[in-house]
Amino acid sequence: MSITVYVPCDSSAVSLGADRIAAAITQEAQKRNISINLIRNGSRGLYWLEPLVEVVTDAGRIAYGPVQVSDVSALFDADFLHGGAHTLALGAIEEFFYLKKQQRLTFARIGKTDPISLDDYLDNDGYSGLNNALKQTQADIVKAVTDSGLRGRGGAAFPTGIKWNTVLNTASEQKYIICNADEGDSGTFSDRMVMEGDPFVLIEGMTIAGLAVGANQGYIYLRVEYPHAHIALNAAIEKAYAAGYLGDDIQGSGKAFHLEVRLGAGAYICGEETSLMESLEGKRGLVRFKPPLPAISGLFGQPTVVNNVISLASVPIILDKGGDYYRDFGMGRSRGTLPLQLAGNIKHAGLVELAFGLTLRELLYDFGGGSASGRPIKAVQVGGPLGAYLPESQFDTPLDYEAFAANWTVLGHGGVVVFDDTADMAALARYNMEFCAIESCGKCTPCRIGSTRGTEVIDEIINGHEISKNIPLLRDLCNTLLNGSLCALGGMTPYPVLSALNHFPEDFGVTDTTDAA
Amino acid sequence: MTESNSIQETVQAVITTLKDKPGALLPILHGIQDALGYIPADSVPAIAQGLHLSRAEVHGVISFYHYFRDTPPGKHTVHICRAESCQAMGGKQLEQHAKEQLGIDYHETTADGQFSLEPVYCLGNCACSPAIQVGENIYGRVSPHSFDAIINEKKELA
Repeated sequence: MSITVYVPCDSSAVSLGADRIAAAITQEAQKRNISINLIRNGSRGLYWLEPLVEVVTDAGRIAYGPVQVSDVSALFDADFLHGGAHTLALGAIEEFFYLKKQQRLTFARIGKTDPISLDDYLDNDGYSGLNNALKQTQADIVKAVTDSGLRGRGGAAFPTGIKWNTVLNTASEQKYIICNADEGDSGTFSDRMVMEGDPFVLIEGMTIAGLAVGANQGYIYLRVEYPHAHIALNAAIEKAYAAGYLGDDIQGSGKAFHLEVRLGAGAYICGEETSLMESLEGKRGLVRFKPPLPAISGLFGQPTVVNNVISLASVPIILDKGGDYYRDFGMGRSRGTLPLQLAGNIKHAGLVELAFGLTLRELLYDFGGGSASGRPIKAVQVGGPLGAYLPESQFDTPLDYEAFAANWTVLGHGGVVVFDDTADMAALARYNMEFCAIESCGKCTPCRIGSTRGTEVIDEIINGHEISKNIPLLRDLCNTLLNGSLCALGGMTPYPVLSALNHFPEDFGVTDTTDAA
Repeated sequence: MTESNSIQETVQAVITTLKDKPGALLPILHGIQDALGYIPADSVPAIAQGLHLSRAEVHGVISFYHYFRDTPPGKHTVHICRAESCQAMGGKQLEQHAKEQLGIDYHETTADGQFSLEPVYCLGNCACSPAIQVGENIYGRVSPHSFDAIINEKKELA
């Protein structure tokens, strides 16, 4: 009987050589006349151990990593196909500390299954949520999502059920479901992992959303920087159509839902929902004024649900196990789980899905193991390029939307980027302003002009030029951006800039005599 | 058939295939860039006519998006991530090294037409920073040394 071996097809694993490992294992097995069944799975999200190879044995799935091509022959010699001892052996993967301590709901299948095998998906609870939804009224589906307490995982944390309810109650011949897969925040990769590692869960979530609000067309707006996700999504969509999970008559229900992937073109602003819709309509990605809300007048002027990948991918388990099941995880008004992404200068970079409530410090040290460089952690940026930098004194903040907001920080999409003590916070603040200038859509003046002037003022400060005059000028400018911008790009760039200045004034050349305040 | 005629035929074929999609402009621009490597300025009138838009509108969309380009790229486009996670792991030094090794700045192409250099703001490979993309291939934990190896490998393929 052939032995099953898993080597991830996830693009981060591939970026570390997973394709070459897969080829080397196949070749070595042929050379030794051993029959193996090599499956390309998603990543478990233990990126410091990628490429991570798993073998199915009587004692469960045994992992080895990080595997290099030069290790393959020795692994065969050590009989890794039967879980043999080797310096790269990690034991049973399900028991590995990083995974065992997690609460994987949205990521339940990722790393276990072949992402584009519909059979694998169905064998692992796939489409149970849709099957339940097909037996319910539209209002009941929306109620389950409302009861779950699910809030938009893209960053804004707006209650998903309320958004769906507005679309459901807005009469129209045509409605749309849009998946915002323009995951542009540095330090975030959970959307990518879902699309590459379990694309059917996103398709199922969007189909349920379509049934719930009465939309028969969905679009996944995917960033062009994710070519692997594009291939996986298209392969899964094709299979879903062939098996009657998409199309004019979903599983004999008489209800229709069609789905198409559309590519963005390298504009960060298109992750803002109204800019995204302009882009889908074939225009420049200029931000729209709100109101009208997209739920009332969205894509092509029709009622539209716009949800992030993780929000939609969390819907199937809610419909499968019930809103209460999901709501029982979490704290306060942050219900369910959040897939956190540990990135930057961190020893154990990876994906950590947990109920809300853990502190940042526990995440950084219990999971992350401290900095990759071994130096002290100086600052952590949470929530992408529009998120604040947290100094050590804020590491005990619980990972909860409200607790973060109370600190003038944001949890956003759950990206956590770690910097050691070599980081220059003034240089980072300058980068954040420059990024805003590069990515501004140009519609509103504070963002369009303010970001360029902001970069110039920070340059003056970095060059030590009239610091006591330029710091108040920078603060004043940030105030204008904060209060006068049309969307979060201009409106939140002051978060990283001011948090860097407030917590690390010495990096800006501020001394007691120049006074940051 | 002249090269210019062949380009126009390719452009026209992409327009004819995609123009009836709702919001067809971005899919058409992607189709043209996938086929030719860039969107030639003289394809703008044909796109405008196909979609009943003004040339200004089409030009405006092409110039809005960083990914679309109106000049032919080098044989290999090297994208270097400039975002925070990569900066935390030596991305700035890698950026500097890449510019020196290739002898070009961002948005430029080497004189031999082999490499174009572009910045990118996140490849979603943040757990393996710093990251670069060369053509369709993504590379993680790139050091100046491994950068040179990647570039040399591409040169040898040429």
